[in-house]
Amino acid sequence: MYRFILTFTLIPYMMIGCARTKVETINIVGSTAFQPFAEKLAEEYMAMNKDVQINVQGGGSAVGIQSAQSGVAQIGMADMVVLPKEAGGLNSVVVAKDGIVLIVHPDNKIDGLSTQQIQQIFSGKLKNWNQVGGENRPITIISREEGSGTRVSFEELLLKDVKVSPEALIQDSTGAVRVMVGNDINSIGYISYGFVTKQVKTIKIDGVVPTLENIREGKYKIIRPVFLLTKGVPVGKVKEFIEFILSPQAQQLISKYGLIAIR
Amino acid sequence: MLKYNERLIQFGLLITAFSTIAILILIGLFILKEGLPIILKVGIKNFICGVNWLPREGEFEIFPMIMGSLWITAGALLMSMPLSLACAIYLAEFSTTKIGKILKPTIELLAGIPSVVYGFMGMVILFPLIRNFLGGPGPCILAASIILGIMILPTITSISIDSLQAVPYSYREGSLALGATRWQTVKMVVLPAARSGIIAGIILGVGRAVGETMAVIMIAGNAVIIPDSILDPVRTLTANIALEMSFATGEHRQALFATGIVLFIVIMILNITANLIAKKEVAK
Repeated sequence: MYRFILTFTLIPYMMIGCARTKVETINIVGSTAFQPFAEKLAEEYMAMNKDVQINVQGGGSAVGIQSAQSGVAQIGMADMVVLPKEAGGLNSVVVAKDGIVLIVHPDNKIDGLSTQQIQQIFSGKLKNWNQVGGENRPITIISREEGSGTRVSFEELLLKDVKVSPEALIQDSTGAVRVMVGNDINSIGYISYGFVTKQVKTIKIDGVVPTLENIREGKYKIIRPVFLLTKGVPVGKVKEFIEFILSPQAQQLISKYGLIAIR
Repeated sequence: MLKYNERLIQFGLLITAFSTIAILILIGLFILKEGLPIILKVGIKNFICGVNWLPREGEFEIFPMIMGSLWITAGALLMSMPLSLACAIYLAEFSTTKIGKILKPTIELLAGIPSVVYGFMGMVILFPLIRNFLGGPGPCILAASIILGIMILPTITSISIDSLQAVPYSYREGSLALGATRWQTVKMVVLPAARSGIIAGIILGVGRAVGETMAVIMIAGNAVIIPDSILDPVRTLTANIALEMSFATGEHRQALFATGIVLFIVIMILNITANLIAKKEVAK
């Protein structure tokens, strides 16, 4: 029995031993919308540079800003239209742009909505799909939690001064919003363009279809920048990694994954 | 030498035991330190009884969340109490050892399923059923109550079984000797004797329901409203903290810690009540 307990207490220490090799570690923390793309880019970069270990973590844009400020992470990720005042003093680089699209159930007959209709739906003034030319079904609004980068940007770009109705259902991740909308024919939600799958249908906003071309040409307006934040001007490996993300090769990967390259 | 060793072990155990209490006190102090300023600023009455939760406008009032936690917990209790009591009575009083050996571990296995799995089941299976047969958006008090009811089932069942089995066998023999049937014996002798243990089990189940977070976030809908019916979505205290903590800064963060204080107090009251009731049984 003693031996058993002893073995178990020792296992974590053995694991520490395993992890300690001679590589430089870069921690990247922040936006959950950019996280999967950052992971893929980090994999690519680590395949080419064996002496660097890059750890990518989510947590949200606000966590990204805090971690970059406190030095927990060398790089913070934030995807908000305007950086909040907490990000003051941080060095920021825009590495990609991300479209936010409205999604509905694939069986929903609605093809597009005007900005005004969207504002009225999300504020709870319009409660039935037949008020915007659809079938006679109640509208279920699915929103993100207070402070989410996606929600802040969506409100800033589209809702302006209109407030999301308190009756809106709240889900805490892009994936969960997609599952909810994909399962409920009455629902409407918003997610990053890169996360759209066949489970859900995107709709036109003021007649503009959300496609990569339209987003790139600036016809589709609901886009937000993805910032990488560092404390002070980046140096060494951190600088090299950011330069890699800005390189044509990585930018090509970014647009392949559904984000908008900036070069 | 032996005596010295003995003392060393005793001392080691003492330190370990006290460290648990120290952790509890430290957590309590930390939450109080972070959350109390905002409660005092908003005012205790406004904080608890107000209905507006608009973090970006600086309005922090958590009455809808308190109602949400209450509704869902009450629903879960309503769902699981009859089931778990029936289960416990059957297993403790009527089942053969063979069936008991299969049933009891199965029920305990329910406690081992991760809450994310429960939440996902609710999203995929319960939502469409509720939407199609009862109406409403899907995520609602009813869905959360059903799922939480299943989650607290093992807690209530196993504690109830223990307290039923703790009733001395002579009680049952006496009752049967007087000509009572087995059910009459259970209803009039065993259940009243085991009452306080069963109540303690129920209160611990309530504690688990109030504290559950992950599954509730996935299936309760999280809308900040005071519900009119069991088909309305609600947000619980735990969901409020977990949803917004990663994004919150400044006063918003403090308000979430303040929500934690309320939750902490509620769960502490529940646990103390459970302990008092259980102690009463021992004293008897």
